[in-house]
Amino acid sequence: MTGARVEFRGLRRVFGGTVALDGLDLTIEPGELVALLGPSGCGKTTALRVIAGFEQPDAGTVLIDGEDITRVPANRRDAGMVFQSYSLFPNLNARDNVAFGLRVRKVPAAKRRARAEELLALVGLPEHGDRYPHQLSGGQQQRVALARALALEPRVLLLDEPLSALDAKVRVTLREEIRRLQLALDITTIFVTHDQEEALSIADRVAVMRAGRIEQCAAPAELYDRPATAFVAEFVGTMNHLPGVLVTGSGGADGGDGPPKVTVIGQTLPVDGPVPESPEVNVLVRPEAVLVTSEPDGPARIVDSSFRGASARLRLELDGGIEVLADVPGHETARFAPGTRASVRLVDRPVLVSPRPAGSTAGAAATASDAAAPDAAGAR
Amino acid sequence: MAALTPAPAVLTDSASAPAPARPGRPRRVRVWRGIVLLIAALYFLVPLGAAFVFTVNIPNVGFTLDAYTQIFTVDGFVSSLALSLGLAVATIVLVLVLLLPAMLAVRLSAPRLKPVLEVLCTIPLVVPPISFTAGIYMLLPWAQDVLAPTPFYQTVLAIQNQNFPVVLVLAYVVLALPFAYRSLDSAFTAIDVRTLVEAARNCGASWPRVMLTVIVPNIRSGLAGAAFLTLALVLGEYTVARLLGYLPFPVWIVMISGSQAQVSVAVSVFSLLLTWALLLAVSSAGVRKRSAS
Repeated sequence: MTGARVEFRGLRRVFGGTVALDGLDLTIEPGELVALLGPSGCGKTTALRVIAGFEQPDAGTVLIDGEDITRVPANRRDAGMVFQSYSLFPNLNARDNVAFGLRVRKVPAAKRRARAEELLALVGLPEHGDRYPHQLSGGQQQRVALARALALEPRVLLLDEPLSALDAKVRVTLREEIRRLQLALDITTIFVTHDQEEALSIADRVAVMRAGRIEQCAAPAELYDRPATAFVAEFVGTMNHLPGVLVTGSGGADGGDGPPKVTVIGQTLPVDGPVPESPEVNVLVRPEAVLVTSEPDGPARIVDSSFRGASARLRLELDGGIEVLADVPGHETARFAPGTRASVRLVDRPVLVSPRPAGSTAGAAATASDAAAPDAAGAR
Repeated sequence: MAALTPAPAVLTDSASAPAPARPGRPRRVRVWRGIVLLIAALYFLVPLGAAFVFTVNIPNVGFTLDAYTQIFTVDGFVSSLALSLGLAVATIVLVLVLLLPAMLAVRLSAPRLKPVLEVLCTIPLVVPPISFTAGIYMLLPWAQDVLAPTPFYQTVLAIQNQNFPVVLVLAYVVLALPFAYRSLDSAFTAIDVRTLVEAARNCGASWPRVMLTVIVPNIRSGLAGAAFLTLALVLGEYTVARLLGYLPFPVWIVMISGSQAQVSVAVSVFSLLLTWALLLAVSSAGVRKRSAS
């Protein structure tokens, strides 16, 4: 099985008045696993369905190894797909499910049985060939679905949130198995997910999507460390939003043209990425870029501490009501009990800034986006 | 109908586990359940028993099975029964051929049209059969007059053929739509049609193969239900056939009842048992393969 090169060129798809894909461009190299990551409605599943042939784009093309497959019917696309919901045929046992595509291609019975057994062994279910879907757990069903998708040796493997219906432990195990298989088979794979931890942990590259476009497509570490936009920075991982003021560069208080810098909680740091017009900005800082020192007269008070094994996450409140999240090594948790006073400093490196919403005060602007964040250490 | 919906199979993991102790039902519930079942049984069995007694207990003669032995020799029995069964099979096939692709297309491509299809299929329930038949009765001569100079004239005549009146099949299809739709709709609702179709397409299956190897096997209980209800409807339909002047089984039974009362009732009892046997065969066909799997 050899991977194929997949290219999206200017894909556009509109449902009624909703733009699902807005000029999507992406190239996936042979044997690469790319995760499409984004919030609900960003178009990631639509993009996958366009490759599978279940949606026709209003504009743009899909190329596999340079061949335009945009108008090729779904049953002739040579792309195996695993669906979000359990998609095994209830009337067939696991072996027959896996062999379904081979049967469609009129592969002799003995050969397709052997192939199905081989694939079931590959996904760790060698003894489950006779079982029907209702006799399999959710994780087992998705493994069989994966085996079925691989049975025809497709040029591209499409995974549409295949783990979202599974419990946390099975999810982690299965995603690791998917990665192992993908590497072993060297198959080009597109993995759609809204779970950033999942995307960051198994993908060669992660494409963060927003409103039908790709905001940034990069390796997980780069995406985390050097997000190209404030949206990516906020979406991937946990982010502090600290009130800051631009001091030089475009819009800076001094009106100068030097490299942009921003003052935030008493420090002046270089600005990375686009600079808003208004000098009042939010500075985006990861919790692990916040250094905390226990200090009886420090300007911050530890409000809360949550132990996470290798690290602990502290929630601090600076004088003035600004809230900051900070990560400290797990073994230092005892030094940072709630109520302890501390000083806070940011790691001296370029930071991203975003426009501060109109009407928000400096204190009120300080928030931490933590909604879907993985543990930073785990994400890497 | 209960036989059409098999109980979910037991998970293998738990198959060997001892069955949990069944919680005891309150005695009062058991008594009431028995009473309800008894009343229901009496409601169906008393008329049937009375009919049976009427056929075997002839005044001044006593017990005899003559009425039943005469059934197969009475003129018209075989031809009318064969006609009804033929009409039933044709109606079932046509209903399914019309409804299955339409329902699938609506579910996959135009979910907004589902209420429209539902209303269309339900309309025959609110149109009295007599009005419906009157419409057909008026329409056929008019169609003959209008189409006389065209090649379609022969078609209009052909559908009224006494040996196999296709016009009855068309009428029965309309009458069966509400029941068949309901049965198929519940079967479609029980499966994730879109995902199964897309999974099959992704495996390289053509549309006919998707229909035959994925959709049909997974809505077997609904298909059996639709066939079951259509069969029952056709084997019992009298109004349309009588008013249009055809002689299927129900019309024939009424016709002979005037001259041979005992035989007529014996035929009714026989046809009832035959219908039950056919319905059981149809319903078990929907269940058997599932059980085997």
